[in-house]
Amino acid sequence: MPRLTVADLQKIKEKYKADFTLREGGYTVKIIVHMGTCGIAAGARNIMTAVMEEIAKVNRNDIIVTTSGCAGLCAKEPLATVELANQPPVRYSDLTDEKIREIFREHVLGGKPVEKYALVTGCETTY
Amino acid sequence: MEKVRSHLMLCAGTGCVASGTTKVKAALEEELAKKGLSEEIKIVLTGCNGYCAEGPVMAVYPEEVFYQKLTVEEVPKLVEEHFLKGRPYQKLMFREPEKKTAIPAMKDIPFFKHQVLRVLRNKGLIDPEKIEEYIARDGYQAVAKALTAMTPEEIIKTVKDSGLRGRGGAGFLTGLKWEFASKVPSAVKFMLCNGDEGDPGAFMDRSVMEADPHSVIEGMIIGAKAIGANYGYIYVRAEYPLAVKRLRMAIDQATEAGLLGKNILDTGFDFELDIYLGAGAFVCGEETALMRSIEGKRGMPRPRPPFPAVKGLWDKPSVLNNVETLAQISPIILNGSEWYRSLGTEKSAGTKVFALTGAVNNVGLVEVPMGIPLRTIIYDIGGGIKKGKKFKAVQLGGPSGGCIPEHLLDIPVTYEDIVATGAIVGSGGMVVMDEGTCMVGTAKFFLEFTADESCGKCTPCRVGTKILLDMLTDITEGKGKESDIATLEDLSRDIITTSLCGLGQTAPNPVLSTLRYFKHEYESHIHQKWCKAGVCRNLTTFWIDEKLCKACGACLRACPSKAIVGEKKVPHKIIQELCVNCRTCFDTCKFNSIRILPAGFEGDPNEFLAKTAAGAKEEK
Ligand SMILES: Cc1cc2nc3c(=O)[nH]c(=O)nc-3n(C[C@H](O)[C@H](O)[C@H](O)COP(=O)(O)O)c2cc1C
Ligand code: SF4
Ligand code: SF4
Ligand code: SF4
Ligand code: FES
Ligand code: FES
Repeated sequence: MPRLTVADLQKIKEKYKADFTLREGGYTVKIIVHMGTCGIAAGARNIMTAVMEEIAKVNRNDIIVTTSGCAGLCAKEPLATVELANQPPVRYSDLTDEKIREIFREHVLGGKPVEKYALVTGCETTY
Repeated sequence: MEKVRSHLMLCAGTGCVASGTTKVKAALEEELAKKGLSEEIKIVLTGCNGYCAEGPVMAVYPEEVFYQKLTVEEVPKLVEEHFLKGRPYQKLMFREPEKKTAIPAMKDIPFFKHQVLRVLRNKGLIDPEKIEEYIARDGYQAVAKALTAMTPEEIIKTVKDSGLRGRGGAGFLTGLKWEFASKVPSAVKFMLCNGDEGDPGAFMDRSVMEADPHSVIEGMIIGAKAIGANYGYIYVRAEYPLAVKRLRMAIDQATEAGLLGKNILDTGFDFELDIYLGAGAFVCGEETALMRSIEGKRGMPRPRPPFPAVKGLWDKPSVLNNVETLAQISPIILNGSEWYRSLGTEKSAGTKVFALTGAVNNVGLVEVPMGIPLRTIIYDIGGGIKKGKKFKAVQLGGPSGGCIPEHLLDIPVTYEDIVATGAIVGSGGMVVMDEGTCMVGTAKFFLEFTADESCGKCTPCRVGTKILLDMLTDITEGKGKESDIATLEDLSRDIITTSLCGLGQTAPNPVLSTLRYFKHEYESHIHQKWCKAGVCRNLTTFWIDEKLCKACGACLRACPSKAIVGEKKVPHKIIQELCVNCRTCFDTCKFNSIRILPAGFEGDPNEFLAKTAAGAKEEK
């Protein structure tokens, strides 16, 4: 590492922001991909990959992705829930690669839930 | 940019490494790769989390799920369940002793929930081997502030106003110590750190040095600026190899980044820092002995004054601070003295780290605001006494400290209140003892340590501690004399007033404090030849109460010398001639049917016990 100046300290802090949003909390969007047995069978893995790609593209460090287990809705898998700070979470069902990318653009980035894919609003949050 | 969705903060402190971190890490890597998760889930090795007894431990973010007692065998299941399917894996979670429900989140686990982290702010949150991670958590911002925007006087005033007291034992005001040294004119001064941590059972300083080495370095740079020192040493015991390694790395990184060495952050201030490996003697933790030891001489205390602030290392003005003291400096500089004072009491500000051990359910490092009751630490954080036993005493302050009994458990933990009980806060050792502890034996245990560690320079300490120890040994062996209690008290006071250094001046504390609260135990040892806790083998007779015995046979099977006879449905009996008083049967019996009587007891046990119970009531 080269010699640092006072300004460099701040720059390093910014650079590591994504890591510490993950560890300390303070994120503004949380996307939960449901990964139960049937979810995985129905393609939840691809949904996860699509979400990760989209986040990487926009280079935002305040969005986190987590997984959760069975949601008890096997027929409607793959499922994902989008939680924006201070807004009720929205659960989406029967997802495809295109649908989740559209949701990402409209809801996660644009702030407007995509009602045509929404299953319920205000469902419980999960670990 | 690849996106990582989860961090696995795996503990790589001394304790967890000893219980298998390295293998668990390899297994995790392998399983994550198998499941195609290596890209999106990252493993980060951290320093000690203070929960070593349950190690290896790991916190999973962002869910903040905490896992303990990880094993290589469980890793595949854990990865499949939690990281692939999103179902936190209950089997490896914390469970409360009585209620068997698993608690997933770290913030809900009682042991962590009641803690307030200032010293341990980066514990388990950063990779201690990466300076960038420390900087990302506001690291070195305080150095930047102190070096560019504050005068030495302002630094000293802030630290003084914060009320921060040295955490190494004596509790001296840190800002005041810095002020003394700053006022002594000298071209050469030293800023020193005490990482000797000699108290048996203490490991808070080791944990800080392992988990957050830069926090100590940062405190030292600020202290050096305040007193005008350009050189420093961290004195670490050689038995702490991991702490030494992490400190070395941290010093190298900080030097490369221009945070140590010449012209720090281009401010014109120079500070060179090195490590000195301690030889291990307990007395080397004493400040004057520590300085002699760095000079390459034998680590022996010398009289003060002159104080180190005037004549310290190589006779130059020097400040020595404890690891935990130094780790608190940067947040104080960044947030101000008022912020620091928002926790704790007027005279005992801020937080203190304790090493909680002994007969409590949860053991480990505990950082709490000063002023909270001892009871909260023992029952809420520690989860109460193991196996539902009764509390007897808590020993505070290690070999220089004392025992605090049940009726004082609601006193607030502050320097003043603890000293008033006859114990000391000390470096923060806290050993909880249950009803099965002999208090004379406890005093003896600590005296064995100090008598052994006395450097021998002055007679009261060298000879006095030996005499105390011999008397205590006699009492526990049934050779106690009528006059012993008075002699113990007198001799203790003499040693305290005439010893040269803190070791001798505090060594009798365990004797005095057990005499103060548990004198009746000394008396029953001496007069009745009766160790009621059943610990001193020469002073007990174990006896099975026939009316209570359920003839379960557990004691019979457990007895190592086959001294118990009995059969199904017939109350069991101890054959005294064969019994070696090992106490195993007493601890084994689930029906509480075994009684402890004086040595060589003859007569009717029931009558005797009834009489003594009545006597005890009357006394109260
Ligand atoms: C026998 C003896 C052993 C000591 N051991 C330690 C030790 O291991 N670590 C420590 O920080 N202070 C120890 N001290 C206290 C130091 O002498 C000194 O007061 C302390 O390091 C100052 O730092 P502080 O003001 O930040 O507490 C010991 C004192 C005595 C008398
Ligand atoms: S009090 Fe004990 S340890 Fe201290 S100088 Fe005297 S003999 Fe040595
Ligand atoms: S005290 Fe030990 S030796 Fe004696 S009866 Fe009990 S188990 Fe056996
Ligand atoms: S363990 Fe207790 S109840 Fe069982 S036989 Fe022994 S004394 Fe009796
Ligand atoms: S496993 Fe998918 S809803 Fe149950
Ligand atoms: S070493 Fe892991 S908790 Fe202490």
